[in-house]
Amino acid sequence: MIERSFEAELSELNDLILKMGNMVQASIRKSVEALKSRDEQMSKQVIASDREVDDLELLIDDKCVTLIARIQPMAADLRFITTAMKITTDLERMGDLAVDIAQKNLELLSMPLLKPLIDTPKLADIAMRMIGESIDTFVKRDSTRSIKIHAMENEADKLRDLITDELMEIMTKDPTSVPRAIPLLLIARYLERICDHAMNVAEDVVYMVEAKVVKHMPIEGK
Amino acid sequence: MKRSIEVKGLDFYYGNFKALSAVSVDVFRHEITALIGPSGCGKSTFLRCLNRMNDVIAGTRTEGSIKIDGAEINNSSVDLVDLRKKVGMVFQRPNPFPLSIFENVAFGPKVHRMAKGDELREIVKSSLQKVLLWDEFKDRLHKNALSLTLEQQQRLCIARLVAVKPEIVLMDEPCSALDPVSIQKIEDLMRFLKRDYTIIIVTHNMQQAARVSDRTGFFLLGELVEFSETDKIFTAPSDKRTEEYITGRYG
Repeated sequence: MIERSFEAELSELNDLILKMGNMVQASIRKSVEALKSRDEQMSKQVIASDREVDDLELLIDDKCVTLIARIQPMAADLRFITTAMKITTDLERMGDLAVDIAQKNLELLSMPLLKPLIDTPKLADIAMRMIGESIDTFVKRDSTRSIKIHAMENEADKLRDLITDELMEIMTKDPTSVPRAIPLLLIARYLERICDHAMNVAEDVVYMVEAKVVKHMPIEGK
Repeated sequence: MKRSIEVKGLDFYYGNFKALSAVSVDVFRHEITALIGPSGCGKSTFLRCLNRMNDVIAGTRTEGSIKIDGAEINNSSVDLVDLRKKVGMVFQRPNPFPLSIFENVAFGPKVHRMAKGDELREIVKSSLQKVLLWDEFKDRLHKNALSLTLEQQQRLCIARLVAVKPEIVLMDEPCSALDPVSIQKIEDLMRFLKRDYTIIIVTHNMQQAARVSDRTGFFLLGELVEFSETDKIFTAPSDKRTEEYITGRYG
């Protein structure tokens, strides 16, 4: 077997994606913890740390473009590099959504909490698990878990609907609750979007590993 | 980063034809520098200026300055044998002598009276090790060089250069006679050799320049249009002509 000269560069790219995934996961975890504990400092930390995620996205994209130009990747190498570029876009969006949650946390600080948070932490937990799983499928080149991740996404959608219905009911009964309910509604929406991005990552990994496109397909096709 | 070669305002003429025009470039030590461009653009002419191989062609003229390690090589006092020992060349087609593997590698050190006996054998061994031929041929050093594969012959030609301890290795389309697997092996060898030598390669194969070099120069109609880090040349060239060439819209 010939040792290829660019193997180290591909491995470095893999490590960078893993690092970015870990950073984004930490941001989301902190943003939800800050929501629960009404921690102003922690919310501000999440907002400030987004810059590092953005920088990493630019670095990874630049590395991918340079690798494509210099090593002329084919087949599995080409799918790996193009997938890496797509995954960074999803991860960066997830990082932005953590910032959005942190910003809503700050808005909520000036008002008493509308209700004890029950379903939102559950939704956050699913989002965290989905990111962990999808990054893991990328690192381990394991495309078999996309169905499991898809099931988690369905669960997330249902929870988001549940939260929305509940908040709508509260707002309908008591219109003065709207300023306190809307940020919670948006946070549920952000968490559900994070799950969507994690699903994208898992679907991209299926393409990377199996050269099979499962995006926009019914579950049977996956 | 230390400069190995400094070229300033180089013009080169074949009779009345100006083949190179105002070429200025710095080549850095322990890097691979690739020169690309369409046929007849002057890249091989430029390469041959660096060890004055063009001197053998009647009616040629050089203007401007080429310094290697700070010393001007176009002075009449320069010893061409010494220059070509310091600045070796590998050609398109491997050109081993019709002698044994050992004699091919030992030829240079003998001519330059660098070594004999055990010392010479040691030079042959280390040179063949550097091009990764030693393990395969250490027991068959008296095999005729012409019986080797083309890739092995090209490696042997590089070993022949290495034996006289050059600083700079010029390669003029060194892979054009080789198949893809052999090309990859020679490229790996180049990456290995750049630790000890400064390498300049002329190639028609842009992908090879992208894969193997640290810096790339693009020649067009005798002009060095752009010279930059290889990453930059192949992702965001500054000059429109470079962009057109590397995207296949020119030539």
